[in-house]
Amino acid sequence: MKTSFCFVLALIASAAQAQETAPDVLVKSITHDVTAIIKQDKDIQSGNLTKVIALVETKILPHFNFTRMTQIAMARNWRLATPEQQKELTSEFKTLLVRTYSTALTSYRDQAIDVKPLRAKPGDTEVTVRSEVKQPGAQSVTIDYEMEKTPAGWKAFDVKIGGVSLVTTYRETFASEVREHGVDGLVKSLAAKNRQGEARPRSGKT
Amino acid sequence: MNGVKRLSAVLTLAWGLAGCATSGGNPADPLEPFNRAMFSFNDTVDNAVMKPVAKGYRAVLPGFVRTGITNFFSNLEDVWITVNDLLQGKFLQGGGDFTRFLFNSTIGLLGVIDFASDIGLEKHNEDFGQTLGRWGLGNGAYLVLPFLGPSTVRDGFGLLLDFKGDLVVRINDVPTRNSLYATRLVSKRSDLLDATNLLDQAALDRYSFVRDAWLQRRLDLVYDGDPPREHSKDDEDPR
Repeated sequence: MKTSFCFVLALIASAAQAQETAPDVLVKSITHDVTAIIKQDKDIQSGNLTKVIALVETKILPHFNFTRMTQIAMARNWRLATPEQQKELTSEFKTLLVRTYSTALTSYRDQAIDVKPLRAKPGDTEVTVRSEVKQPGAQSVTIDYEMEKTPAGWKAFDVKIGGVSLVTTYRETFASEVREHGVDGLVKSLAAKNRQGEARPRSGKT
Repeated sequence: MNGVKRLSAVLTLAWGLAGCATSGGNPADPLEPFNRAMFSFNDTVDNAVMKPVAKGYRAVLPGFVRTGITNFFSNLEDVWITVNDLLQGKFLQGGGDFTRFLFNSTIGLLGVIDFASDIGLEKHNEDFGQTLGRWGLGNGAYLVLPFLGPSTVRDGFGLLLDFKGDLVVRINDVPTRNSLYATRLVSKRSDLLDATNLLDQAALDRYSFVRDAWLQRRLDLVYDGDPPREHSKDDEDPR
C-alpha cells in the first residue's frame, strides 16, 4: 500500500515537472543562471572564449534542437544531403553557432534582461518566447526564442536578435555554397571556419 | 549638403541599374556586383580608419563618458524620431518620445543622462526609411552605400530626409558642426565594435551575412518587432 502510494506520488511529481517547466520560465531561469555566472567571472568578461563555450555547452546547449536549426538553414538542400552529410552539417553548424553565441556572451556586462510572459494557447506546441536587453542610449534589443515542445521538454530551434534570425541568415550563404561546391563543399567550408575560430580563441575581445 | 547631392546621384544610378540588371542569385539583391565592390571598399576604409579610431576611443575614455556621449546624440535624434512617430500615426509613442527629449534635455543635462528611460519612457528606433515602409513602400533593391554601408533603395531615399531632420546638420558654426559629426561617427562605430567582432565570428561570407541580417533587421524595425511570418515550404520538416 505504502509503496504504491509513493509510486503514484512520484508519477504525479514527474508528470507535473514535465508539464510545468513552461518555455518562458525555462528561458528566464537559464538567462538568470548564465548572466549570474558571467557577472562574477572576470575571465569571461575579458574574453576567455574557452570558458564561455564550456558554460554554453553545459547550460544552454541541451535546450536547443540543432538538427532542426540545420534543416531550416539548409532549406530544400537538406534533402540533397545523405544522412551522413546531414550529421556532419549539424555538428559543424552547431560548433559555429555555439562559438557565435559564446562570443556574444563575452560582451555581456550587466544589462537588464527582461523575459516577457508567454502569449500562447495552452495546446500550442510551438511558441515564441520574447525577451529584451536594455542598453543605454539605444532602443532595447529584442531576443526572441522560437521553441517547440518535445518529449524531452521545450527546445529552441531559432534565436532572433533584433529580428535577425541566427539560423535563416545563413540560408543564402549555404545555398550558394551548395550550388557552387555541393553539400561536401559546404561541410568543408564550415569545418574550415570552425578551425579558424579555434586558432584564435581569444578573439572575442577588442 | 554636398553629401546629400552625392547620395542622390548614387541612388538615381542604383535605381537605373536595378532596372536593367540581370538577376543572378538573390532577387532582393540585383546589384550584387556593385554592392560587393562597395562593401569591400567600405571594409577597407573601416579597417584603415574607423575601426582603429573607435578602438582608441574605447581604450581612452571610461565607459560612463562613452555612454554620456552616446546618450547626448541619442537625445538629439529623439526629435526626428518624434516626427517619424507622427508621420506613422503612432501618436502615443510620439508623445512619449518628445517627452523623452524634453526631460533628457533639461533634467538629463543636455541629454547626457538618459533620465527618461529610468522613469519608463522607452527609447524607440524610427527613421524616414521606416516611415516609407510603414506607408507600404517595399525595400527596392538592396544597396550598399559608400561610407554609409548597408541600405536599400527605399531606405536610401529615407536617408535624404533623415539628413534634413538631423539637428547637427543645422548648426551654423562650421568647426562645432564638424567636431560633432566626427565625435558622433566615432561614438557610433565604437558602439558597434562588439557587433562587428561577432560578425567576424559568425559569417562564412561576410557580404551575404550582412545583407541578409540587414534586410531582416529593417523588416523587424518597420513592423516594430512583429513582422508578418513568412510561411515558406522550406521551413517544414522534410522528415
